[in-house]
Amino acid sequence: MMTILGVPTQALFGQLLLGLINGSFYALLSLGLAIIFGLLNIINFAHGAQYMMGAFVAWMLLNYAGLGYWWALILAPLAVGLFGVVLERLLIARLYKLDHLYGLLLTFGLALIIQGLFRQQYGVSGLPYAIPPELSGGQRLPFMFLPNYRGWIVAFSLVICIVTWLVIEKTKLGAYLRAATENPTLVQAFGVNVPLLLTLTYGFGVALAALAGVLAAPVYSVNPNMGADIIIVVFAVVVIGGMGSILGSILTGFALGLVEGLTKVFYPEASATAIFVIMVVVLLVKPAGLFGKPA
Amino acid sequence: MLRGMRLATALGVLMAGCVAARADGPVPVKIGVLNDRSGVYSDISGEGSVVAARMALEDFKPAEHGLKVEIVSADHQNKPDVGSAIARQWYDRDGVDVIMDVVTSSVALAINQVTREKNKVHINSGAGSADLTGSQCTPNTVHWTYDTAALANGTGGAMVKRGGDTWFFITADYAFGQALQRDTSAVVTKNGGKVVGSVKTPFPNSDFSSFLLQAQASKAKVIGLANAGGDTINAVKQAAEFGITEGGQALAGLLIFSSDIHSLTPKVAQGLVLTEPFYWDLNDATRSFSDRFAKLFGGKKPTAAQAGVYAGTLHYLKAVEAQKSARDGAATVAKMKELPTDDPLFGKGEIRADGRKIHDMYLFEVKKPAESKGEWDLYKLLATIPGKEAFRPLNEGGCPLVKG
Repeated sequence: MMTILGVPTQALFGQLLLGLINGSFYALLSLGLAIIFGLLNIINFAHGAQYMMGAFVAWMLLNYAGLGYWWALILAPLAVGLFGVVLERLLIARLYKLDHLYGLLLTFGLALIIQGLFRQQYGVSGLPYAIPPELSGGQRLPFMFLPNYRGWIVAFSLVICIVTWLVIEKTKLGAYLRAATENPTLVQAFGVNVPLLLTLTYGFGVALAALAGVLAAPVYSVNPNMGADIIIVVFAVVVIGGMGSILGSILTGFALGLVEGLTKVFYPEASATAIFVIMVVVLLVKPAGLFGKPA
Repeated sequence: MLRGMRLATALGVLMAGCVAARADGPVPVKIGVLNDRSGVYSDISGEGSVVAARMALEDFKPAEHGLKVEIVSADHQNKPDVGSAIARQWYDRDGVDVIMDVVTSSVALAINQVTREKNKVHINSGAGSADLTGSQCTPNTVHWTYDTAALANGTGGAMVKRGGDTWFFITADYAFGQALQRDTSAVVTKNGGKVVGSVKTPFPNSDFSSFLLQAQASKAKVIGLANAGGDTINAVKQAAEFGITEGGQALAGLLIFSSDIHSLTPKVAQGLVLTEPFYWDLNDATRSFSDRFAKLFGGKKPTAAQAGVYAGTLHYLKAVEAQKSARDGAATVAKMKELPTDDPLFGKGEIRADGRKIHDMYLFEVKKPAESKGEWDLYKLLATIPGKEAFRPLNEGGCPLVKG
C-alpha cells in the first residue's frame, strides 16, 4: 500500500473526504456571515446561536409537532429566519449608522442570552435526533465507509452555496442587493425599498445558519453550546476568505475543512489551532483576506 | 496539694472553654460548590451538585448538631486559572471552609494546591484524575466518587475478559484524558491485552469522524473513549453513524455518566459497557434519594458526581461536628479519615490515608431500547466490583502521605 509520510493513501482519502464534510458546514455558515457583513456591515456574532436554534427547532418540530427531518429542512430555516427578521427590525436596524463594534457587541450579547436561555431549559448534554431513515446506512467506498447522510451534507450544502452565489451575482434581485451595499441613497432614489432589502437579507443569512443547524442535528449532539464551538472557526474562515466576499467564504470554507482534515491525520493535537495559524499568516501577507478587496 | 490545684485549674479552663463555645453559638461552616455551570460538564455536575449539597444539609440538620452551614457556588468554566482565582477569593476573603465537587481534572489539580496552601478542605467528586490521591495527594484533599484508576480497572478489565484484547484510544488532550488512557493501558496490558494505537483530540471537540476512522483502520477490537461529557456523546453518536460497532469493534466508554446515556438514548448507546460508582436505580435508598432530587431539579436523576457531593458533604459535616470547628482543614480531613463513612448512596466505606474514598463500583451495560421501561431506565448491572478491588492499592499510587 502506498503511504505519504507514514499514512496510507487510502486513509488519507478518507480523511480528505471527512474534511470536505466539515468544510460544508464552514462554507454554509461563513456564507451567511459574509452576506450579512457584505450587505449590512454587521458582524453577526449571533450566527452560532442561530445555527444552534436551527438544530433545536428541528428537534422541537419532531417532538412537539411530529414533523420529521424533511419538514424541518424547510420549516426550521423559515422560523429562525423570521426570528432574524424581528431581531433586525427591533434592534440591529438601529445600528447601521454606528461603528461595526456596536453591531458586534449587540449580536454577541444576543448570542449569550439565547444560549443561556436554551441551556436553562434543556441542559448541555444535548438532545437526541436520529438520521432520517431515507439517508441512514452508508456506502462502502474502496478507502472508507461513507455514511449516506454525510454524503448528503456535502451535496446539499454545495447546491445551496452555488444557488446563493448565483442569485447574488447573476440575478436582478442580487444586483439590487449589491447596489444597495454600494450606495443605499441612490438605490432608494430609484424606488427600491432599501430597509426592506436589508431586513430580508439578514433574515436570509440567519436562515442559512439555521439550515446548517438542521443538517448538523443528526450528526452532532444537539446542545446549546454547539454554535459557540463552531462559530469561532467560522469567523476565522470569513477573515481568511476576505470579509464580505461571498465566493471567498464558500471556497475558503471547503478548503479549510480539508486542511483541518489533514491536520487530524498528521498531528491531531493541533487540529483545533491549524485554522488560526493560517489566519495569522494570511492576515500578515494579505490583510484583506484571500478574496477580499483592499479597503 | 499542688497537683490537685493544677488539675482543678485545668478542669476549670476546660469547662470555661465549653461554656465559651456554647456562648459563641453554633460553629459556622461555609461550603463552596465549585464546578462547571455552563460548559460540557454542567449536566454532570453544575447546579445539580448544589441541589445535592442542599439536600445533604436538609438530611444532616446542622442546627441540631451545633453547626450553622451556608452554601455558595461558582462556575470555573473548566479553566484552571479561573478556578484557582475563585478558590483564593473564597478562602481569603469570603471565609469558605471547604470546596466541593470540582469537576474537570486540570482545575481539580489546581484547587488541590491552593487548598493545601491555605489549609482548607477539598472534597472532590466530579474530577477523574487518580493523581489527586497519587503523586499529587495532600493532607487536605478527599477524592470521593471515582477516579481514572477505578474506571480503568472496571471497564478495562471487563472488556479484556470478554475477549477485547487489542485497544485503540481516543483521548481528550488534557490531564484527565491522559490519566485515563495511562491507567487503562496499564490494566489492559496487565490482563494480557495490547494497545495498538491512540489519538489525542482537542478538548472540547465536536467532530470525531476523523478519529473514529483512524480507530477503525487500526483494527483494534476495542475503541476506548478516554473522554467525558459532550465529547463522549458526540463520539458515541458518530461511531454509530460510521458503523463502528456493526463492523465488529466494541466501544468502551471509560467515563460515562447516566446523564450522557440519557442524552444519547439507549437506541444509540445500547450494549455500551461502562463503570459507575452510583446509579439511581441501585436500591431503595438510591431510588428514594433520586426521586427527591428529581422533584427539586426538573425531573432529572442525579449523576454519580452529584451523588458524591451529597455524600461527601454529609461526611464532612460529621467530621466538623466531631472537631467542633472547621478552621483547621488538615485536622478536619484527618477526622474524616478516622471516622468510617456511612451514607444512603454509597453505603459503608472508609477514606484511606491518601485521601481516596473507598466504596463499591459497578459494571453496567446500557439496555436495549426494548428492555428500557422509561426515560431514565438505562443500565443493567453486570457486576459489582468490591471497593477493595476497584481502586488502586494504597502503596501503588506514589502518594507521599503513605508511609512504607
